[in-house]
Amino acid sequence: MRTDDLHLHVRGESTYVDDLPSPAGCLVALPVGSPEAHGRITKLDVGGALGGSEVVTVLTAADIPGQNQIGAIIQDEPLLAAEEVHHVGQPVALVLAESLAAARAARKQVVLEIDPLPAVLDPREAAAQGQLLQPARTFAIGDVDAAWESCAVVAEGRVETGAQEHFYLETQSALAVPQEDRTLLVHSSTQGPTAVQKAVSLALDVPMHAVEVDVRRLGGAFGGKEDQATPWACLAALGADHTRRPVRLVLDRADDVVMTGKRHPYSSDFRIGLDGDGKVLAYEVTYYQNAGAAADLSTAILERSLFHSTGSYHVPNVKATAFSCRTNITPNTAFRGFGGPQAMFVIEAALEKGARALGKPLHQVQRANLLNEGDVFPYGMHTEDCKAIRCWEEADAVFGFADLTAAAARHNAAHAGTKKGVAVMPVCFGISFTNTALNQARALVHVYHDGSVNVSTGAVEMGQGVNRKMRSIVAGVFGIDTGRIRLDTTNTGRVANTSPTAASTGSDLNGAAAKLAAEMVCARLLQVAAKKLDADTGELAIAGGIVVRDGAPTELGWDELVQAAYWSRTDLSAHAHFATPDLHFDKTSEKGRPFAYHVYGTAVTEVTVDCLRGTYRVDAVRLVHDLGRSIDLATDRGQIEGGLVQGIGWLTLEESDHDSEGRLRHDTASKYKVPDFDSVPNVMDVRLLEDPNGRAVLGSKAVGEPPFMYGIGAWFALWDALRAAKPDLNAVHTAPLTPERMLLLLAGEED
Amino acid sequence: MMELRLLLNDRPVVLRAAAGRSTLSWLRETRELTGTKEGCAEGECGACAVLLGEPTADGIAYCAVPACLLPLGELAGRHLVTIEGLNHPDGLGPVQQALVDQGAPQCGFCFPGIVVALTGYFLTCGRPDPVAAVAALDGNICRCTGYASTVRAVENICRELAPHLNATSTRVADLVTARVLPGHLNAAPRALSALAADAGSAPAATLVGGGTDLLVQRPDELAAAEVVFASCRPDLRTITRDLTDLIIGGAVTVSELGRHPDVAACLPDAPEMAARFGSTLVRNRATVAGNLVNASPIADLAILLLAHDAELVLERDGGARRLPLRAFYRGYKDIDLAPGEIVAAVRVRPPAAGTVTNFEKISKRRNLDIASVNGAAVLRVDNDAFAAADLTVGGVAPVPFVAVKTAAFLVGKPVTAKTLHAAADVLDQEIAPIDDVRGSARYKRLAARRILFAHALKTAPNLLSVEAFV
Ligand SMILES: Cc1cc2nc3c(=O)[nH]c(=O)nc-3n(C[C@H](O)[C@H](O)[C@H](O)COP(=O)(O)OP(=O)(O)OC[C@H]3O[C@@H](n4cnc5c(N)ncnc54)[C@H](O)[C@@H]3O)c2cc1C
Ligand code: FES
Ligand code: FES
Repeated sequence: MRTDDLHLHVRGESTYVDDLPSPAGCLVALPVGSPEAHGRITKLDVGGALGGSEVVTVLTAADIPGQNQIGAIIQDEPLLAAEEVHHVGQPVALVLAESLAAARAARKQVVLEIDPLPAVLDPREAAAQGQLLQPARTFAIGDVDAAWESCAVVAEGRVETGAQEHFYLETQSALAVPQEDRTLLVHSSTQGPTAVQKAVSLALDVPMHAVEVDVRRLGGAFGGKEDQATPWACLAALGADHTRRPVRLVLDRADDVVMTGKRHPYSSDFRIGLDGDGKVLAYEVTYYQNAGAAADLSTAILERSLFHSTGSYHVPNVKATAFSCRTNITPNTAFRGFGGPQAMFVIEAALEKGARALGKPLHQVQRANLLNEGDVFPYGMHTEDCKAIRCWEEADAVFGFADLTAAAARHNAAHAGTKKGVAVMPVCFGISFTNTALNQARALVHVYHDGSVNVSTGAVEMGQGVNRKMRSIVAGVFGIDTGRIRLDTTNTGRVANTSPTAASTGSDLNGAAAKLAAEMVCARLLQVAAKKLDADTGELAIAGGIVVRDGAPTELGWDELVQAAYWSRTDLSAHAHFATPDLHFDKTSEKGRPFAYHVYGTAVTEVTVDCLRGTYRVDAVRLVHDLGRSIDLATDRGQIEGGLVQGIGWLTLEESDHDSEGRLRHDTASKYKVPDFDSVPNVMDVRLLEDPNGRAVLGSKAVGEPPFMYGIGAWFALWDALRAAKPDLNAVHTAPLTPERMLLLLAGEED
Repeated sequence: MMELRLLLNDRPVVLRAAAGRSTLSWLRETRELTGTKEGCAEGECGACAVLLGEPTADGIAYCAVPACLLPLGELAGRHLVTIEGLNHPDGLGPVQQALVDQGAPQCGFCFPGIVVALTGYFLTCGRPDPVAAVAALDGNICRCTGYASTVRAVENICRELAPHLNATSTRVADLVTARVLPGHLNAAPRALSALAADAGSAPAATLVGGGTDLLVQRPDELAAAEVVFASCRPDLRTITRDLTDLIIGGAVTVSELGRHPDVAACLPDAPEMAARFGSTLVRNRATVAGNLVNASPIADLAILLLAHDAELVLERDGGARRLPLRAFYRGYKDIDLAPGEIVAAVRVRPPAAGTVTNFEKISKRRNLDIASVNGAAVLRVDNDAFAAADLTVGGVAPVPFVAVKTAAFLVGKPVTAKTLHAAADVLDQEIAPIDDVRGSARYKRLAARRILFAHALKTAPNLLSVEAFV
């Protein structure tokens, strides 16, 4: 019987790329990054680096046999910079050496001279200079311009949200092993094996079938390995192709933090109009997304910001405009929520300011505008099976928003040194890749003739528990114990043309495909059983490892059945394909049905601020989450708690910005702080709304991303506490609200 | 290169290696013991936690340390236990099982380190206590889980193990019986004493305390250098008292300092300082002298000891001199320490009766973070006026700063909000913080003021109220 990954994890026996034993002759690769944010390369001399006896070679753009281009959506990103550099840390050369120590020493000897050009770091400035990745996109519904005059209050403001470093514990890594006939096996810590396969094939100018990408598991990813695992795999492959030796490339933390992109900072302007009851009549918003020096996935991320511009609310008149701005920082990329959190933060800020203008409590205004069944989103889709109000009401019933608020007010009246704050945060998140074509997946199921089962899908296990879910789905179809099933690596040779494991869709798509494949094999097995038992297949099923006839166990066990099937020359393997039905989106009208369904939930957060020191604690987050029917409860709970804490981190501690030269200020683990054991909420009370979902496998709902946005509540609870101390505060909504910013605001030294 | 003998998990190992190389890279690259992970290589994540065991009179004393900051040379004559060495041949120990039962691991990368750090806790704790056990994970970062499932597991393990753990003297045996440790740990003291002693080291060598600064700041250099270890000098590792002073050996670790009863008695603010210093893993390595010599303007221990007007005992070639710590810091990273001279001990006089001491640290993250601003105060109030004052502030000057003028201003003044606001203005004149990644100069000025107020509020809670300061 096979135990699952958890056993391996706690024994330190699960392997990540850097744990694979080095093949004989393996070289170490180390990228050389640009020290400048923008400039022309005037000299790149690798001669000095070649001196060391252990240094094999140093590769530059000229050594790339195929195309020097890895841009996935827009072709604007070289693998190695040739003439110009566009951000600090941009790879310009690759050192290949016998050891890491030799590679590190050699890297210091590479001479790189750059004639600096002006660097643009601010997205608004980039937009003003016309540095846009694509023309602005606008989602609109109703008529905002006409609506303002019917509003009782109109509030305007500016919102800033910061970058977020993924800080996956396993840094970017790849091991490329040359095989015969100029083919390559690439072990990559990637969410997108096919993306890596394609990029390697283009860089080396070989067909995709010459590149096999294999992924066992990732030590965390969160979007940071959707597109940005690719350069490192390509560089390792380039080194392997060039030297015909295996090449390992593992970024150390310091290089990883500097050389890879983060969650996009956004700078936004909003205008919101409400009627006297607190109903939002009109909402206008403009997003300036700081994309960084190349497109990466920025335009897709921007699109999701537009989809989520109205958060969990129904707004009849909306105009949302978004600019994807090219700047001279490391290209930013996917991160849990994919542009959704940035947009949701803005609508919450707008509601907060609107509620204040109206003199109503924020949660009353939030509640008054929650999505209802059948409401239309600005992109034309209507809510179906909408749970926004249900989650809110359940959370209110169990946790008592009014009681929590009253308790905070009582505390605040009695204490000058500390203030408590409370905020409610409703979440509505659309599930599907917004690029409709990506909503497809495949799976391959083999039943071996000893009865053990091997499953391959396009999904990559990165801690989200997709493999556990796959096992459970396949075990359910076959009616056998999960211990008989092994999830094989995600391998482009076994499952081709995979979509990245992203957008929370990994188990929806691949689980559906695995279910179909298992059902195909199961149907054949039941035919064999029918013959053996002289029964009709319709009477038969497999449960508990035994064939049952009309619910009663027969003599025929799984192993015996599989044997019989094999000896009667039955195909015990199946490959299946799944594509999410009913999806469409028209980018000209910006209308359609881009999502299979939405996930809802409501969280209430309580915080305490130390007004003397500006430090704070999140006391509690209590939430009701719309989970559908859970395939694996412990996994789903872990996703909710983990997502929530990451969201809190984004808005509180996690600060990542650049100096005026475009150099990252928080460039090491000692400077960039993610939540630790101590900084998480003292209480995390997770309640689940379990109601089967008609639009995903086994009634489940995707769970990876939505909980991240509960973290936004922490910011607004801190704001609430801050306002208890400073009622006249009228500052910009800026995140993260670090202890530094908190103290400056408390002291009235910042606006 | 140095030849050293150690016990690695269940077997003796002899190796020739650069003594300053990190144990993590050796384990992963040379020994292919890949259960110990690299998440940061600077002591910030705990993915690389290992147990380091040192022979004592009655067995081996273990503690969890970050392998990335552990110089190989420190392994001489020691027992190194990695996650592989904690595994039973098959099945799971109770710590591992409790984590699995809660479905705690997600990507799994951080969990070998968490298992090791928890085991380190059970090896050293009194009665298992979930709060203390979670606190012992203050050096372990997990990016996936949000920690809640691990906390639930820790509560369960503590409950399960409590009846099985007796005195710490039989701890290894108890933990073997409880299956937290595999059987080979019982045999380790004998295996360790069978190792031959190591050769002494070269004279003109870099002195390593815990290596927690050196391995972060100069790893490549250290791997190539001759190094000697302060831990080889048992006389530098004691905490004693004489008639007047508390005497802390230079090689005493911050953990040892934080839990020593004499320290708590003489320097009541030291345990709080220690609790906020780095993480359990770092404190188990970081030494007192290393903190002082490193001369960071924000060094927590330096800030504390300067407020107490501590004195250094410096030693070279058998000779010794004494130097007030306040004279030690001459400028940014410029200290009064001759080549070859070592910090043998720090002498501190316990504050007079009626004195209040307070240590404050404002950092972005409460634990495992360098302060934006820290400060210590030794204050005495008589007849509602400040009778004596010593104040230090970190992060506001090129050196750990002694706020002499502010302290002088306070003495003789009545304990009122007005006095303190005026004193804060004096402080503001005295300090010269700069903008950096730990905060803007503006913020540091404000934080320094607030720290002064916090000291006063603690010293004279009956005379002052917080309203006047927020
Ligand atoms: C993750 C992490 C967190 C940290 N957190 C904190 C924190 O919260 N607060 C804080 O103040 N610091 C912190 N530090 C800094 C560091 O741990 C401390 O300064 C520590 O006390 C240094 O001691 P060490 O023994 O490890 O020094 P080492 O690295 O061994 O040595 C530092 C310097 O001191 C010299 N030296 C060592 N011992 C002696 C001696 N006996 N005589 C003369 N010279 C000597 C060495 O030659 C070297 O120049 C942190 C470091 C890390 C890596
Ligand atoms: S690798 Fe992060 S603490 Fe050692
Ligand atoms: S489980 Fe992924 S870092 Fe902890």
